[in-house]
Amino acid sequence: MKFVDEYRDADKARALAAKIAGLCEPGRQYKFMEVCGGHTHTIYKHGLEDYLPEQVSLVHGPGCPVCVIPMGRVDDAIHIASQPDVIMTSFGDMMRVPGSGGTFFDSNAEGTNIRMVYSPLDSLKIARQNPDKHVVFMAIGFETTAPSTAMTLLRAREEGIENFSVFCNHVTIIPAIKAILDSPDLRLDGFLGPGHVSTVIGCRPYEFIAADYGKPLVVAGFEPLDILQSIYQLLLQLRDGRCEVENQYSRVVPWQGNVVALKAMAETMELRPYFEWRGLGFISHSAMRLRDGFAEFDAERVFSMPGVRVADPKACQCGEVLKGVLKPWECKVFGTACTPETPIGTCMVSPEGACAAYYNFGRFSRQRVKEATGA
Amino acid sequence: MCLGIPGEVVEIVPEQPDLARVKVSGVRRAINVGLLEERPAPGDWVLIHVGFALSKIDEEEARAALEFLEGIGQSYVDEVDALRQSMIE
Amino acid sequence: MSTERLAPWAEQAMTEHHAAEHGTRGGPGEREQQVLDRIDRARRRKPKVREERITSAHGAGGKATQTLVEAVFLDAFRNSMLEPLGDAAELPVDSARLAMTTDSFVVSPLFFPGGNIGDLAVNGTVNDLAVSGATPRYLSCGFILEEGFEVADLRRIVSSMTAAAEAAGVSLVTGDTKVVGKGSGDGCYLNTTGVGTLDPDRTLGIHTARPGDAVLVSGPVGDHGVTIMLERGELEIDADLESDTAPLHGLCRRLLDDVPGLRAMRDATRGGVATILNEVARAADVSVVVDEDAVPVRAEVRGACELLGIDPLYVACEGRFVAIVDGAEADAALAALRSEPLGREAAVIGHIGDDPPGLVLLKTAFGGTRIVDLLVGDPLPRIC
Repeated sequence: MKFVDEYRDADKARALAAKIAGLCEPGRQYKFMEVCGGHTHTIYKHGLEDYLPEQVSLVHGPGCPVCVIPMGRVDDAIHIASQPDVIMTSFGDMMRVPGSGGTFFDSNAEGTNIRMVYSPLDSLKIARQNPDKHVVFMAIGFETTAPSTAMTLLRAREEGIENFSVFCNHVTIIPAIKAILDSPDLRLDGFLGPGHVSTVIGCRPYEFIAADYGKPLVVAGFEPLDILQSIYQLLLQLRDGRCEVENQYSRVVPWQGNVVALKAMAETMELRPYFEWRGLGFISHSAMRLRDGFAEFDAERVFSMPGVRVADPKACQCGEVLKGVLKPWECKVFGTACTPETPIGTCMVSPEGACAAYYNFGRFSRQRVKEATGA
Repeated sequence: MCLGIPGEVVEIVPEQPDLARVKVSGVRRAINVGLLEERPAPGDWVLIHVGFALSKIDEEEARAALEFLEGIGQSYVDEVDALRQSMIE
Repeated sequence: MSTERLAPWAEQAMTEHHAAEHGTRGGPGEREQQVLDRIDRARRRKPKVREERITSAHGAGGKATQTLVEAVFLDAFRNSMLEPLGDAAELPVDSARLAMTTDSFVVSPLFFPGGNIGDLAVNGTVNDLAVSGATPRYLSCGFILEEGFEVADLRRIVSSMTAAAEAAGVSLVTGDTKVVGKGSGDGCYLNTTGVGTLDPDRTLGIHTARPGDAVLVSGPVGDHGVTIMLERGELEIDADLESDTAPLHGLCRRLLDDVPGLRAMRDATRGGVATILNEVARAADVSVVVDEDAVPVRAEVRGACELLGIDPLYVACEGRFVAIVDGAEADAALAALRSEPLGREAAVIGHIGDDPPGLVLLKTAFGGTRIVDLLVGDPLPRIC
């Protein structure tokens, strides 16, 4: 596969790993956060940490849009799906995320019709095919996904489709990064910037991270060599005493972002005053809702919502894990009360969550796995 | 957070200029290209996310990045060779 | 927001947590190990069904299915023939050894490129016998038909069953028909039972895998699962891809005859190759080490999997099996498989190790390593 396989080459990885090791000052520990869950996925899927020296550790950030959805919003979605003649649609990622009463799958077992779609446009198609039903799309995702929802809304209005609405849960990445940067116990040396979000928002919005917080950021692609190269670039910046925003993923990310996508979002959505993130709490201006002009397509206005907040158990320490203060195994409930089958906190919800990834893939020391595989 | 896969544009659907047929390793799907500033042409590569083309892939930039990686690979091979040489001598 | 509540299931998990051991002592390395040991113990604990209702995950072949089978069915029906939970049970009848298996088919759509529910059912049952080391002999079939189902479609299904049975050398000797009301079924469901004869002195079983053994697959993985996913039409992806449904008795017979050090075979249906390998690791208390590069995957399967964000190792096959053989006979096994048309693309994909016991490790094409765990349910398309 072009633009994929070239960036999965083991020989180049070994060479880059040698460079990375060469850039590490003896005795210094480096901690970088990959903001995006897609990066976490790449890191585990390809076993990328095997190439990193012990001095470099990666902290898995809050960039998993499924994980950060509070349980109360899942409950709201199930409440909507339970109304007569409603077909709820969402991405496959949402199907196993538990609300207070269970997941979408559990809810389907009790009679709701919640379907997986690949694209929000597929949801609109279901609405066209089922004129006697009301079809709701539960929209989740960062700025990467929001433009697709926006285009779908514009299309729905253009076609005059009346039995379609969006339950908008789109979130924005910058306020979440800022919340992490503002935490007093933060110990990070730099960031891997979310490549696909950046195709939409560009690289400029990250400049304050370098300018005001003194942390370098490299916008990184999603193949394993992209990530190794970005770590290399971060280490180079640290060695040279630079602190900048760099774009490693320039084959996909234009510095200025995607103007058409930003316009579509601005036309259909506006920032919410605040939104709750699982693990991080309420963050102001961190999520989007539909504009008044699209009220007829806004599931939150079409349906009455219970809007009951569901608290995570107090022992859950996801916030600390997300900020890189605690390692997953250091959380009091990790692996006992909180497992992938019963995810008490956000980091265990999706396979990309820091704790789920550690539970599934990282539980054995790199050394033990290396010896076992003869790698 | 967001799965994006490169695909090659094989055809612009004539009656729907917003749609392009895209090929990813032998499978095909119609993708909405309405988020791109310029309509892509057959042979262009785009990044696909939830049924939309999010960005046109810049072949020049890709080549430059690969050259950098090749360069590192080459210097590594040279170093290893030099090391081996010095051990023989 | 004015009101707030707690999630009962989360509170329940916390209560159980407090009741169990917790707290750690020692330095960071020691404490991490204590946590890991605790997880290990929790994973070995008797499975418990937590759900109040059956969900689709219980039928997906992953963790949820295993939990249901062990906690509900095995617990109730336990006997020495059921206990190994093999693809077929071994029945001692006088001096003969019979193998018996049963399988239900609820595939949607009923017709797909490369086959339909009829040959799928016959092949699936034949394969469960064949991979158990048996020669398939007799089949039964129960038809559960929905009111309104077209007779012409039924005839098509039946005629491909006839052809598949003939190809596998089995006779369909008994059957049953039930009709359910419109809306209660998906047109046609099938249940098939198969009986075969086992060689008198040959015992196979995944529990016999031992370090040094080789792991093979009989062909490219994931064709069937991806074909069905695409054929449902919801993803609007198309590809020139066919289901791999095929009878494997010939291929299995070849391995039985040519490879005395054959330990076990398993057909990689629901849950795919990854699930089978986890079952091997658990049953034999060994590790399974797989080379990602060596696993044969067709370009189309890979493309669809990349687009949907799923791993081909978890995708179902209907005409592929995993074989464990003595490491010294890996080449002989590969040659035996490749000498048959259905095994031409067979490959050695890894080996059995001893540490960490119970786990499947993957050496990635990129040169790293990761653990390949069981999925809870079906692999789901994802966007993140």
